[in-house]
Amino acid sequence: MARQRSPALFSMARIGIIACHAVLMAGALVMVMPMLWMFVTAFKSAAEIAIWPPVFFPQAWTSANFSGAFETAPFGRFFLNSAIIALVSTASVMLTSLVAGSVFAKYRFPGRGLLFGLVLATAIVPFEAYMIPLYIQLVGIDWINTYQGIILPYLFMAFGIFLMRQHVSSSIPTELMEAGRVDGAGEWWILARVIAPLSGNALAAVGIFAFIQGWGIFIWPLLIANDQLLFNMELGLTAFQFAFSADIGKLMAGSVVSVVPMLIVFLLLRRRIIENMALTGIKG
Amino acid sequence: MLFCYVALLPVVALFFYVRIIPIGFSFLLSFYKWNLISPRRPFVGFDNYLGLLEDENFLLALQNTTIYSFSTVALSTAIALPLAVFLSRKSRLSAFYQTIYFLPVITPMVPVSIAWKWIYDYNYGILNYGLSLVGLPSVAWLTDPAIALWALVIMGVWKVLGYNMVLFLVGIRNIPAEYLEAASIDGASDWQRFWRISFPLLRPILLYVVVTSTINAFNVFTQVYVMTLGSQSAPGQAVRMLVFDIYTNGFQFFRMGYASAEAVILTLIVLGLTVIQFTLARDKEAKPR
Repeated sequence: MARQRSPALFSMARIGIIACHAVLMAGALVMVMPMLWMFVTAFKSAAEIAIWPPVFFPQAWTSANFSGAFETAPFGRFFLNSAIIALVSTASVMLTSLVAGSVFAKYRFPGRGLLFGLVLATAIVPFEAYMIPLYIQLVGIDWINTYQGIILPYLFMAFGIFLMRQHVSSSIPTELMEAGRVDGAGEWWILARVIAPLSGNALAAVGIFAFIQGWGIFIWPLLIANDQLLFNMELGLTAFQFAFSADIGKLMAGSVVSVVPMLIVFLLLRRRIIENMALTGIKG
Repeated sequence: MLFCYVALLPVVALFFYVRIIPIGFSFLLSFYKWNLISPRRPFVGFDNYLGLLEDENFLLALQNTTIYSFSTVALSTAIALPLAVFLSRKSRLSAFYQTIYFLPVITPMVPVSIAWKWIYDYNYGILNYGLSLVGLPSVAWLTDPAIALWALVIMGVWKVLGYNMVLFLVGIRNIPAEYLEAASIDGASDWQRFWRISFPLLRPILLYVVVTSTINAFNVFTQVYVMTLGSQSAPGQAVRMLVFDIYTNGFQFFRMGYASAEAVILTLIVLGLTVIQFTLARDKEAKPR
């Protein structure tokens, strides 16, 4: 429908749109500023960091903060711990979501409604509200200050189970599973060879969520990891900040190291992450 | 049948161990007094809850968290909705803006808090530099607790804006184009089309965005811990927030029962918000359009 517009009105509308773009551009600058400021500061010498008025770009770019940070604190170890936590959590969340989601979607058995209801009903309860009893439980089994203790609460995700159930019940034809059974396939085989290959997108969505969450966990390791060798990046950075709060350059360098993996994931999977978040957000 | 139970067993066992049992346990624990190591664990009834009612730290935390949550949600929604409306137009730059505005959502909280702390720095922060350019005096963004609360709100809006924007964008895309075209033919202006057609159809999403971001905001902790704890000029003067208070009572003073009572209150707040959402959403559906 092309509407007739007078030339004057048309140019008014154009000015309006240009004004909107100006506002959005200014907003975009505000959105990237903290990250940008972190990056440029990480490459400045101490002399250039503590000056007034501040300069934006370093006059002499230096990587000394990075080497300095890695020498002062075991950031390599922190990074490795973050990677281990995020990857183990991601793998486990994908597997448990696939299995539990499929079972809840395609099988009828006594207790199904009750169990799934419990998963849904407790999904909303924030972790912070039950971390104390969980901590006490782990004291009981002597898992404080261990990798398994840190990872344990992140091995499954109620939200992932819910998402996979939605996906399997709406997009996997039951006939396909029946056909497998007629050919003599067991249920595990059907799960692995019929459902899993048709669930790539949904599983990827769950995996991306789990990875982002696993990389950024903070309050649980803060409670449970006392040994510095178990710190993840988030905790290591915080400890570093309390110990060397004046050493802004190294602090920013450490922050850059923690942010970069997420930036890479985001830039590679940008479209998909935004769409996933949107769709799952609405459904959840 | 057997397959179902075998397949579910590991997940369900884990689910009970790390979620159901601790949730139940926290309710139970809130009626006891316990310091984590003592073999004595006396039952104290509602004493912990009554104590909270007179605890200045807790009441301040509750007040701060409420102000933080409502301000962050109100501001981020008020910015995200018009942003989404504009970005829903076909534009080459739309994808670019979406990427930029969404970026803070996926970045981990600790490094981002460290960056904001440096931005808010009293002596060398670029925010105070910006203020000095327009002739305003420097502000103690993080060391003055009254201001620090608002510094956290600004950062909270920055972090969550992109997420709300994306949810609204999906909502706008789901509005049938015929509705809007029909209104155009009848001579409705852009403004009228938004308020009479788009906005009413977006209400369920608006409700969802408001409630979920309020729940998330109530759990604010990491940025409080990183940015306001141990600020050099005011050590220990953190902005009191609910989860921070739970953390302090539980893991610095080892008042496990007392901290659990606080945690129960947090749970009840979140449940209350969820109930409000469901009730309002159901009302909307029940009403014939």
